[in-house]
Amino acid sequence: MPKDTSIKSVLIIGSGPIIIGQACEFDYSGSQAARSLREEGIEVTLINSNPATIMTDPVTADNVYLKPLEKKYIIEILEKHKIDAVLPTMGGQTALNLAIDCEKAGIWKKYGVRMIGVDIKAIETTEDREAFRLKMLELGINVCKGETATSFLEGKEIAQEIGFPLVIRPSFTLGGYGGGFVNTPEEFDAALTRGLHASPTHEVLVEQSIMGWKEYELELLRDNVGNVIIICSIENFDPMGVHTGDSITVAPAMTLPDTVYQKMRDLAIKMMNGIGQFAGGCNVQFSVNPADDKIIAIEINPRVSRSSALASKATGYPIAKIASKLAIGYNLDELKNAITKTTSAYFEPALDYVIVKIPRWNFDKFPGADRKLGLQMKSVGEVMGIGRTFQEALQKACQSLEIKRNGIGADGKEKTNYDELIYSLKNPSWNRLFSIKDAMRIGIPTSTIQNLTKIDPWFLAQIEELDVMEKEIEKYNLATIPAELLREAKVKGYADRQIAHLLRCKESEVHSVRTELGIKRVYKMVDTCAAEFEASTPYYYSTFDGENESIVSDRKKVVVLGSGPNRIGQGIEFDYSCVHGVLAAKECGYETIMINCNPETVSTDFDIADKLYFEPVFWEHIYDIILHEKPEGVIVQLGGQTALKLAEKLERYGIKIMGTSYKALDLAEDRGSFSALLRDLDIPYPPFAVIETAEEALELSKELRFPLLVRPSYVLGGQNMKIVINEKELEAHVIDLLKDHPGNKVLLDHFLDNAIEAEADAICDGEDVHICGIMEHIEPAGIHSGDSYAVLPPFDLSENVLNQIEEYTKRIAVALQTVGVINIQFAIKNEVVYIIEANPRASRTFPFIAKAYREPYINYATKIMLGAKKVKDFTFNPYKHGYAIKVPVFSYNKFPEVNKELGPEMKSTGEAIYFIDDLQDDYFTQVYSERNLYLSK
Amino acid sequence: MKKHTSTEAILLLEDGTVFRGKSLGEIGITGGELCFNTGMTGYQEIFTDPSYYGQIVITTVSHVGNYGVQHKEVESEQVQIKGLICKEFSQHFSRNTAEGSLQGYFEAAGIVGICEVDTRALVRHIRDKGAMNAVISSETTDLEELRKKLAEVPSMVGLELSSQVSTAITYELKPDEVKFRVAVLDLGIKKNIINNLVSRGCEVKIFPYNTPYEVMEEWNPDGYFVSNGPGDPAASTDAVRSVQQMLEKNKPMFGICLGHQVLAEANGIATYKMHNGHRGLNHPVKNLITGRCEVTSQNHGFVVDGDQLLNHPQVEVTHINLNDNTIEGIRMKGKPAFSVQYHPESSPGPHDSGYLFDDFITLLEQNK
Repeated sequence: MPKDTSIKSVLIIGSGPIIIGQACEFDYSGSQAARSLREEGIEVTLINSNPATIMTDPVTADNVYLKPLEKKYIIEILEKHKIDAVLPTMGGQTALNLAIDCEKAGIWKKYGVRMIGVDIKAIETTEDREAFRLKMLELGINVCKGETATSFLEGKEIAQEIGFPLVIRPSFTLGGYGGGFVNTPEEFDAALTRGLHASPTHEVLVEQSIMGWKEYELELLRDNVGNVIIICSIENFDPMGVHTGDSITVAPAMTLPDTVYQKMRDLAIKMMNGIGQFAGGCNVQFSVNPADDKIIAIEINPRVSRSSALASKATGYPIAKIASKLAIGYNLDELKNAITKTTSAYFEPALDYVIVKIPRWNFDKFPGADRKLGLQMKSVGEVMGIGRTFQEALQKACQSLEIKRNGIGADGKEKTNYDELIYSLKNPSWNRLFSIKDAMRIGIPTSTIQNLTKIDPWFLAQIEELDVMEKEIEKYNLATIPAELLREAKVKGYADRQIAHLLRCKESEVHSVRTELGIKRVYKMVDTCAAEFEASTPYYYSTFDGENESIVSDRKKVVVLGSGPNRIGQGIEFDYSCVHGVLAAKECGYETIMINCNPETVSTDFDIADKLYFEPVFWEHIYDIILHEKPEGVIVQLGGQTALKLAEKLERYGIKIMGTSYKALDLAEDRGSFSALLRDLDIPYPPFAVIETAEEALELSKELRFPLLVRPSYVLGGQNMKIVINEKELEAHVIDLLKDHPGNKVLLDHFLDNAIEAEADAICDGEDVHICGIMEHIEPAGIHSGDSYAVLPPFDLSENVLNQIEEYTKRIAVALQTVGVINIQFAIKNEVVYIIEANPRASRTFPFIAKAYREPYINYATKIMLGAKKVKDFTFNPYKHGYAIKVPVFSYNKFPEVNKELGPEMKSTGEAIYFIDDLQDDYFTQVYSERNLYLSK
Repeated sequence: MKKHTSTEAILLLEDGTVFRGKSLGEIGITGGELCFNTGMTGYQEIFTDPSYYGQIVITTVSHVGNYGVQHKEVESEQVQIKGLICKEFSQHFSRNTAEGSLQGYFEAAGIVGICEVDTRALVRHIRDKGAMNAVISSETTDLEELRKKLAEVPSMVGLELSSQVSTAITYELKPDEVKFRVAVLDLGIKKNIINNLVSRGCEVKIFPYNTPYEVMEEWNPDGYFVSNGPGDPAASTDAVRSVQQMLEKNKPMFGICLGHQVLAEANGIATYKMHNGHRGLNHPVKNLITGRCEVTSQNHGFVVDGDQLLNHPQVEVTHINLNDNTIEGIRMKGKPAFSVQYHPESSPGPHDSGYLFDDFITLLEQNK
């Protein structure tokens, strides 16, 4: 069937603020869907309360509603626009739930809106564990033994029947919230109660445990006539027992024979067809018993998911884009493969490389949190490494994580304590992968590791090969190492830094020796078809192999550094900025080159930048791309602290940084010189000191006076920041910090008790400054700006204070010779404005202001960075109406053990925007009245 | 774990291009026509598929050998490929039911191969230059000697190879409950085709590639199956003659791959050698009769000429390839005969096309 021409206007529902289990992958799918529909001449209306998204940008949709995802706002939209159809499959569980609510309330029917891309009955079958189980039994598909309990007593009875170990899975919860394994009858009662409470319907599935079995996922697409294709097979490195969102995953499946894979494929198709007829994407999870290849169906998600985003990036097949076209009536055979542009969209991608996804956790932000991985997802982001082989992809994924490692192993951070390693192998957490390698290094037999982890022996053998090679390399030094061995290390994904560590020399020395030996990175294309057909899509990854496919053009180029994995303090906001940076640079005539390794993002979509290098935002990879492409310069202001941190090295290697100079970036980050600058500019700042020992700290605390804000220099998201009120606390925290950051300096600031906090975002060309917006925090100083409610414009600052803020912002921006963006944070006490810090980069709040004022600030700032425009070239016409509130959103329900108090260390995972007309608004008054509720001392 | 040591190996192409890598399987020299397969699973099935006879296979997937080998998953009793070229050859395998490693399997079969080759560059090379012959050597790196070996490798065009892989003697297989008798002309048949017929109630008798029609007819079958196999279809003259006789007698007939090409030749429709064949598990085919699509397993270097099928009086096109519009299936107008270019028995590959065996059963029922 060709396109359904009766659909002229579509509503897409977004996924709201980022929370654990629902991250920026839905910005990726939502924006791809919007672009795909607009290509067809369809008017797209979008609702999402998350301002930091590309999907809510005027570049993506015709009508954008930055409103809470609630029924009343859907009605508001339907009253205003003639909407023909709603597409609820691009915004995760949140969008689906809202669509179901509206369906139940008869809203869609009332306004004559069709629901496309999904089948309500299918959702109900898949979300309700018992309905799913019965459906599978009806289809003749094996599932775990289990039954649903709606009461405590029922649960006990079922458990008695099935026996232990078993699993408790609450119905209708996100990311496995409230679920868990129960190994003994003693643990059962508490777990059952927790599960029942977690479920909004007071329902849990009590199920046979298949812990340790192999785990797989398939990503499917189906059209209206029932054609189904499998886009990608994904194998979990971590066997059953760890939530897939928390599992290291590999594509294509590595250890599946064709017989088992095809059986799984048949089952997946049968399941998708069995749950309902709809055109769109679907994700199916299976478990395979390693003893006899028996397959059990785990779950099916009839929508675009986190795994579909990964599968899209892993294969190059744009799942959300095609799923949207299917939803409006196209059949798969009527569409073209977006990568080759000549072959059919109806096919199954063939990979000639391997991808490894590793989740990124942030347990350090949640003191007291249970760090053990299980059924409930706990990671906040993820990275993907692409390599020609599993080993290379694994190393590259580890290099992408930004956890101060240079890859897996060979960086001097290996653990050597036997008991500690055995514990880590038995109790999966963020570090199990590293522990496996370390365990091999100290001689723990692979068979023991296999017994403890149940990880497939093939994966373990791959890691063991790395260990064997490392031990071989260590026998040499840089002068004596055979070229073949050096090449082998590079082929296996080792960073120059890792090799340098093994050979006891410098990274740069390894780089020059290997370059002399001709051991150079080449770039291969992700083309969906293993080179069978010609493809022109500029999506590349690096490897050490023969032929290079990334041909360098003679256009002027600029590199935009991405922000790497999402984590608390650095999330989707920076991807928003990167995407806008790329688009603005394109407008200025540049060939744009994007480097990033986060598969959930829009910036890593192959049709955003002119060239996408899906590579770790890790020095060696960036440097090699720069050597290959020879860009005019690099933009570091948009990709958060990840990109900014690389400025120093770029400067050292003589690579041009576009916009604000390295010297100014460094000056702003260096507290000592920055304060000197403030003193010269006659701008107040809280008394502070830089110390290197606890003794110094105690000494200086007398001058500075308590309370004191204690933190390491160079941090984002308030990492390890703490307010201390006496000498004992000060000493303890300083010692802690120096232990974690040896050789680093610690900053002590006098903390302005009960001050009001405010911040300003501005763009500057070195001479003129435009202040985009000033935000006032509702909570008093002491809570990290990312965790505060912020109001734009300020709601109760005096004119005198506002004048000081404006004046200081301008003075600082010009003094730092800012060319691009700057964010400045203030504390206000007794009508005096103090500077807390200045961030010479895109901030978390830039997208928020851009959305509220409807001005493309990052676009302007990028043009200024590139020298194409000056501030005075733009006419600013911000849309000012009422107030916009930035609402922080937390994922505490994933960490029930964690204290909810807020402090200088950021804990929120996402944010929403909420507009109010005036200060009498109920929402505002409530938030305002509770402003001290979660404040830590 | 011991560090695996393998010797240097070299790959020389007909156009003089040289790739270097490490040896796999047996140490030695081998030659054949290069072809690439983009499947990501099912290496053992591919290597034992008789249609690959005489060919050196490049597997584009990164790792080969991961799950070892087991006899249950062969498509014939021997390794049929002349050699293997791959990226990463797994010395370690993991599968509880595996009987051994792929390395051991190759050593026992005397198969020579080369790994750690930039297979992607190689595929791009032959994608542009077309299929060509090559030699792999892990014995000598002397190019002069290898050039001589290469010259001895025959060209695939005009080559008859069924005689090399077909059964030498006739044999029978019987289901528990016999519904039909099917005579199978073995041009290099895959085991799973036979399984698909037997599991649907067909008693099958498998005849050597050059068995005359009369000999098969003596067994009094309800229908005929003409199998896949290696080589140039134009050289399969015996099979073409037999198929012509089947058609004359209005016998139900089903052909797969080479069998499909033979059905076309039997109707005077020519086949030609493709620039690069279709080999993989992901080829998109559209059934023009039902409008449905299927993901298919394919392995062919020759194809039926579509131009000669335009407005053909006796033969109509039933299936086309969605990537390049080549002919994937045909059927006779007014006669119970049809065939497909791809492999509905899959193995390896998706099971989307199993319905074709059911269609054949329906034909047998209607013509009993």
